[in-house]
Amino acid sequence: MDARIVILGGGVGGTLAANVLVGRLGHAATVTVVDPTGMHAYQPGFLYVALGQANGRWLGRDERTLLDKKVDLVIEIAERIDPVARTVRFASGGSIAYDYLILATGSRTVPEQVPGFIGAGQEFYSLTGALRLREELRRFKGGRILIGVTGIPYKCPPAPVEFTLMLEDQLRRRGLRDRSEVTLLSPLNRAFTVEAASKLVQPIMEKRGIKLSTFFNVDAVDPTRGIVSSIEGEEAAYDLLVLVPPHRGQTVIDASGLGDAGGWVPTDRNTLQHKQYERIYTIGDATDLPISKSGSTAHFQASIVASRIASLVKGQAPSATYEGRVMCFLETGDRRATTLRFDYAHPPVPPRPAVIWHAAKWMFNRMYWHTIPQGRVP
Amino acid sequence: MTRLIEEVHQLDVKGLQCPMPIVKTAKAMKELASGDVMQVIATDPGSVKDFAAWSKATGNELLESTAIDGVFRFVLRKR
Repeated sequence: MDARIVILGGGVGGTLAANVLVGRLGHAATVTVVDPTGMHAYQPGFLYVALGQANGRWLGRDERTLLDKKVDLVIEIAERIDPVARTVRFASGGSIAYDYLILATGSRTVPEQVPGFIGAGQEFYSLTGALRLREELRRFKGGRILIGVTGIPYKCPPAPVEFTLMLEDQLRRRGLRDRSEVTLLSPLNRAFTVEAASKLVQPIMEKRGIKLSTFFNVDAVDPTRGIVSSIEGEEAAYDLLVLVPPHRGQTVIDASGLGDAGGWVPTDRNTLQHKQYERIYTIGDATDLPISKSGSTAHFQASIVASRIASLVKGQAPSATYEGRVMCFLETGDRRATTLRFDYAHPPVPPRPAVIWHAAKWMFNRMYWHTIPQGRVP
Repeated sequence: MTRLIEEVHQLDVKGLQCPMPIVKTAKAMKELASGDVMQVIATDPGSVKDFAAWSKATGNELLESTAIDGVFRFVLRKR
């Protein structure tokens, strides 16, 4: 009988894994992607939408158009996984059986966990949020802007720094800079978790008069006073508040008892197998691995998992291992960017921000739909 | 009434990467009363510098900072 491979989630990781698997296995396996919407979102684009540099239309595609014809696509909400019977039950009542399961379920944001966030805080972690923020910025005529994170881990660690630098750039261009105060609230004593990147970014922030509020872990928002307070007991006043909402794993992980307290799946750092169930693999945001939650992580992990499962189906010993590879761009405004490339053993050594990296990021944004989901980039 | 043995709160952040140890510590410390003592165990080497800086910035005293075989132990007293 053909091996049944089920992939939960049609984002970058799930789509790429599916396409690589049918490429390797042809008709020796049935590969099914289960996705609640059937629409694929290019999430790195939200940042550009919020800043008015792109429109939302560019960010979504019909998942079917990105999948190889041999991949089955099922539009269902996965409600519960039974790792012993090896089945996934859908909210509609149906179910699907698997020999290998790939959890590519991503993460979800839970702004409701921060008192006062909803209504008072803006965000760019959803298309709706990005569009709303874009309109707020359009109406903005000067004032105090605070940017911060409300929980860790969150997707795309450089995003708050990027947003801060790009927003300051925008305010300058619009002639609003001298009427505005821009402050980045950081959970640490530096702008960014990666020290080497902080060393590049902080002088830029200083030069542009962007304030850095250190050890400010956002606790709650008080919309009536226009104040955000930190766990450390400090307060900061805002006219425009932009926060990265807290993130959690998907509800199907919790409902199936497969995750930790944050809903993240306990995952082997090299084989990407579930720590308890060897036929379950996890890629992308859904893992509990202490690395960046980003599209590139999902991309690199998808190839590894697809290769390992393909080997197993063919009766060979799997040899591909994940070594923690992550690659991301960090926009620094003024049409410049830098890049962070690292793995478990090698911390990033980012180059000086330059126009070329900004151009490379834009090239990537444009090429995404035609290259990444199809596996045309290793 | 005096306490004969000072209660030491415990926090295990082993395996967590920067900035998780600081964030978890800040959260845990918030629940304590002024003067309470907490021991934090971490494995992220970056946490040595981070805890020293955090203590200085927040006024929570860092009573001890030790490293044995890649395990870092911090003892903090809440301001």
